[in-house]
Amino acid sequence: MLKFITDEKNQRFIVPLVSVFLGFIAGAIIMMITGINPIEGYRALIKGVVGNPRRFGEWIVASTPLILSGLAIAFGLRTGVFNIGVEGQLIAGSFAAAAVGILIELPRFIHLPMVMLAAAIAGALWGLIPGFLKAKFKVHEVVVGIMLNYTALHLVNYAIKILPGSTNTKTVDIFESANLSSKFLSSITKHSRLHWGFIIAFLGALIFWYIIERTTFGYELRSVGFNPHASEYAGMKVERNIVYSMMISGAFAGLAGAMISVGTFNYARVIGGFEGYGLDGIAVALLGNNGGLGILISGFLFGALKAGSSAMALAKVPKEIAEIIMAFIVLFAAMNYGIKRLILYLRKEEK
Amino acid sequence: MGRKILSLLLVAMLAISLFAGCAKAPEKEEPKAPEQEEPKATEEEKQEEPKKEATEDFKVGFVTDTGGIDDRSFNQGTWEGIVKYAEEKGWTEGTEYQYIQSNEEADYIPNLSAFGDDNYNLVIAAGFLFEKAMKEVPPQYPNTNFAIIDAIVEQPNVASVTFAEEQGSFLVGVAAAKTTKTKKVGFVGGMDFPLIRHFHAGFAAGVHSVDPSIEIVDQYAGAFDNPGTGQQIASTMYEQGVDVIYHAAGGTGNGVINEAKNRVSNGENVWVIGVDKNQYADGIYDKENNKSVVLTSMMKRVDVAAYNIIEAAQKGEFPGGKVTALTLADDGVGIPKENPNLSDDIIKTINEYKEKIVKGEITVPNNMEDLKAFEENLK
Amino acid sequence: MEYIIEMLNIRKEFPGIVANDNITLQVKPGEIHALLGENGAGKSTLMSVLFGLYKPEAGEIRVRGKRVNITDPNVANALGIGMVHQHFKLVHNFTVTENIILGQEPTERGRINIKKAAKDIKKLSETYGLEVDPYAIIEDITVGMQQRVEILKMLYRNAEILIFDEPTAALTPQEIAELMEIMRRLVEEGKSIILITHKLKEIKEVADRCTIIRRGKYIDTVDVATTSEEKLASLMVGREVSFKVEKDKAKPRENVLRISDLVVRDSRGLKAVDGLNLEINAGEILGIAGVDGNGQTELLEAISGLRKVEEGKIELLGKDITNMHVRNRTETGIGHIPQDRHKHGLVLDFKLSENLILQTYYKEPYSKNGLLNDAAINEKAQELIDEFDVRSGQGINTMTRAMSGGNQQKAIIAREVDRSPALLIAGQPTRGLDVGAIEFIHKKLIEERDKGRAVLLVSLELDEIMNVSDRIAVIFEGKIVGIVEAEKATERQLGLMMAGSTHDKEEGDM
Repeated sequence: MLKFITDEKNQRFIVPLVSVFLGFIAGAIIMMITGINPIEGYRALIKGVVGNPRRFGEWIVASTPLILSGLAIAFGLRTGVFNIGVEGQLIAGSFAAAAVGILIELPRFIHLPMVMLAAAIAGALWGLIPGFLKAKFKVHEVVVGIMLNYTALHLVNYAIKILPGSTNTKTVDIFESANLSSKFLSSITKHSRLHWGFIIAFLGALIFWYIIERTTFGYELRSVGFNPHASEYAGMKVERNIVYSMMISGAFAGLAGAMISVGTFNYARVIGGFEGYGLDGIAVALLGNNGGLGILISGFLFGALKAGSSAMALAKVPKEIAEIIMAFIVLFAAMNYGIKRLILYLRKEEK
Repeated sequence: MGRKILSLLLVAMLAISLFAGCAKAPEKEEPKAPEQEEPKATEEEKQEEPKKEATEDFKVGFVTDTGGIDDRSFNQGTWEGIVKYAEEKGWTEGTEYQYIQSNEEADYIPNLSAFGDDNYNLVIAAGFLFEKAMKEVPPQYPNTNFAIIDAIVEQPNVASVTFAEEQGSFLVGVAAAKTTKTKKVGFVGGMDFPLIRHFHAGFAAGVHSVDPSIEIVDQYAGAFDNPGTGQQIASTMYEQGVDVIYHAAGGTGNGVINEAKNRVSNGENVWVIGVDKNQYADGIYDKENNKSVVLTSMMKRVDVAAYNIIEAAQKGEFPGGKVTALTLADDGVGIPKENPNLSDDIIKTINEYKEKIVKGEITVPNNMEDLKAFEENLK
Repeated sequence: MEYIIEMLNIRKEFPGIVANDNITLQVKPGEIHALLGENGAGKSTLMSVLFGLYKPEAGEIRVRGKRVNITDPNVANALGIGMVHQHFKLVHNFTVTENIILGQEPTERGRINIKKAAKDIKKLSETYGLEVDPYAIIEDITVGMQQRVEILKMLYRNAEILIFDEPTAALTPQEIAELMEIMRRLVEEGKSIILITHKLKEIKEVADRCTIIRRGKYIDTVDVATTSEEKLASLMVGREVSFKVEKDKAKPRENVLRISDLVVRDSRGLKAVDGLNLEINAGEILGIAGVDGNGQTELLEAISGLRKVEEGKIELLGKDITNMHVRNRTETGIGHIPQDRHKHGLVLDFKLSENLILQTYYKEPYSKNGLLNDAAINEKAQELIDEFDVRSGQGINTMTRAMSGGNQQKAIIAREVDRSPALLIAGQPTRGLDVGAIEFIHKKLIEERDKGRAVLLVSLELDEIMNVSDRIAVIFEGKIVGIVEAEKATERQLGLMMAGSTHDKEEGDM
């Protein structure tokens, strides 16, 4: 067992698992300090996620945008850009999806793909700006990304209000043919909001893996990400690839936005501030080791902590505990070097 | 060595958590046990007999919006009402009553549902933002009653509570008209939607009922949580010669109050009218003499609403599918009992108007069109 | 006490590889003991064991005759063992003094007494002939000076046994001579030195005894004075090594590269290449000799397309490539072994197989319909590492970062040569490599020449230029100041030209 844990080849998934484990231990300690029985707390969390079919459905609903925004962040990181602008691209995508869902009416099999495409394109265009500025003028993508997050927030809040029928807080409901919701899914999960978006999240993870690992294009993007100098030496168009990286990352973020507007809500909302999906995406990508499968798993984990926090609240565990656990997991995942050292230490002792 | 320490630590932690689990459980149950037995043992049991079915295991849940339980506004007010009722009944939080805070809008539906899953008898939410969620969740939980404050939802197991904000606003309008020296008063709204227009129209009607020549300046801040904007708007209005401002802008209104405090400290003579609760304390600029810039407040008793609805539900008289409009007549809206800044004369006038409204002699407009008609009638 | 340090029968394993297999190293007090081995032979691992960074699986360490258990570098320091790392560990915006006292600051009531420290350091540096300004900022002083700071750091901590890990890799010839002098002085003052290197010249110059290891195994410990360089080299590599590069006379053919009036600016905007003319023909190796910083880097980058050409013209096989994109140049017929193999030559976080297709990944059969064809890639990679003897832990799946410098370089050469480019550019292809690898690379360059390729070799090592080239062009301040036949060239003559003298122009087509 110990041998398995300390084996070099298994570190890729052992380290995140240890991070999660330590995160939950830390959460337990906090609960004990605040006078809560951690076993009760975690029982409530588990109940809150799989306690009944509706909760299971809500868990998937909460995880879907997290997975896609995690993929967006990871795609950037794998190809050498830090796309902090995921939040803004997500907002742009959520609006574009809703707008296409409201302004036109088409048969579902055309409409729904169009909605998704619109979201991806909007996110990609919002990612294009920092990508272009980075490639052409060496402006750091983080600075531009943060600015564009605010721009997207306020621009979209304005744009929502000018859509036909919008109130000051939200748009009208989108056409049935454009939303992801499904009576079937809802009925098998006892009226949860479960929608078809999880399939898009799965497909997204698959496409992510496929582009990065299997295609010549992905090889180029990775090469540019790891070493732009060597990529230039090898005749790759480094600047163009940076723009592509940002756009693809933005497209994933846009899809994450669509999950919220045409999945969870069925309308676009005026929001007062960032809802933090972009930052959550960083956590998901970090824990998921920037790999497609890893992100799927870590997305579902963070989704569970989000979705389970209401059940924890019912068991008198403050919802902040769930947030603290998430924060600890991220902290331990970021300390991955330290955890590797710890495992190495175990290996030394073993001998 | 290190590994041993580590494993020791883990074992210790597990042991502690197990111990905590064992130690806690009896602690929790012991005090509860006599409580449950006591009523059975006493005579009360007989008296309570008919009600008992409704009383037993009655559980009330409350879902906040993203503002949280301590927003100094309607979430807090509603919760205070629930707590008041619970304390009277000797309930414990977490057992008979509980709240869940929403982290984001996407949580509204799952949070309402969570109470439904746990078979709560009554689930309350405050704010019209819950309107959509309240349409979708209650049909899935026919055995649970729901209540929404500030919006109307037509479902058999949903009680809607609204307030006649225009009536209370009418009264503070009268106070403003009687107080202003410059014949200019102001209205600051949070965001421009129908609910806030209730305040606006009622206030204007009240002002012009006293003196149609008074000019009313109005502006909407675009946010309920931006005191900075509130202060700017107030400053502009006071510069224009306005000397009384009525705000219906939540946190944004705190900026209005601050601006008034600054001006009064500099010797100017300006006033603010508070909203939702008695804001007198928020406007105090001279602690020693308890002097405040808040002329009076338009109180909206969400706490009363919450209290009443729980009481009704427990009595088995839950007004499901109905709209309860709380008015001046029920003291659902109105001005505080104590108004140190209003002369007896003004209070007298206000009470006269109040009577007329309660009697139905005056119908206060709650939107801008009705207001126009109302003002035409005054001429 | 016969030995100050004894490492007896040390064994250290890493997953899948035995880095040290029963190695014994015995160092006498007051000697300079060289530790010789090829890149990846296990020298660094052995020293890391001595320094407490790794725990050996077997064997024992004795210091001053006493058995010790070195669990971490602090224990090593306490035992008087100090190490000058190949890559200096200095804080760049601190002064010399601040760097030296870092971690051992002399304090008075919580305040650092810098003056006292500076005085101590001054005294130390005078004792050992390590001239250095205690108040200079690290980033303002030369690499040689920085190394002295590292040495002073150890002396300040009263180290008795000094380990030098490849100390000359980054130094100029003059600095190397000075370092040798310092090492002798240190030994005179009673210190003992372990010198890790693969440069035989240096060993011959300063070392007393030499322990040779090869592929993790102990080979021999010899007296340096009585052992020839050739013998040392063959012990290290495990076979006979020839220092003379064997080659036939060049048979130059048609022109391949023609550069006329080339002007290229460096990163600071100054003219680094300033009106340069050069021609290279098929079937010859043209060596460019020169002191570092005379425009060699910019010239290579301009030819390969990594740097913009300001003025002038570059023609390859008669085609104007002056403003051509890198990819098109590569396809027209350029193979490029870049000077900085980590910056330009490799993507270190790629697998070896991925690096081996860095120039051809987009072509069939490696890429089909936009998808990578792993089977074809792996087959090609395997073929190349077999042919070029590229050694690594997990074959084609090794992370390139984990490979030794020599094998990384072999991988680059394999990739570039395999495409049979008309022009092969080699920028300092043997920098930092051991004799085995150098010999291999020189042989490859000559093979390419004999196949009819034009080879452009840039090196700062005059020996290399003179041994490998057919013609030698000397570069000075961005111009070719003269071209000589390698056979007729003398070191003195080239040295003069490299310093800017142009009177020795013998033949020149410019």
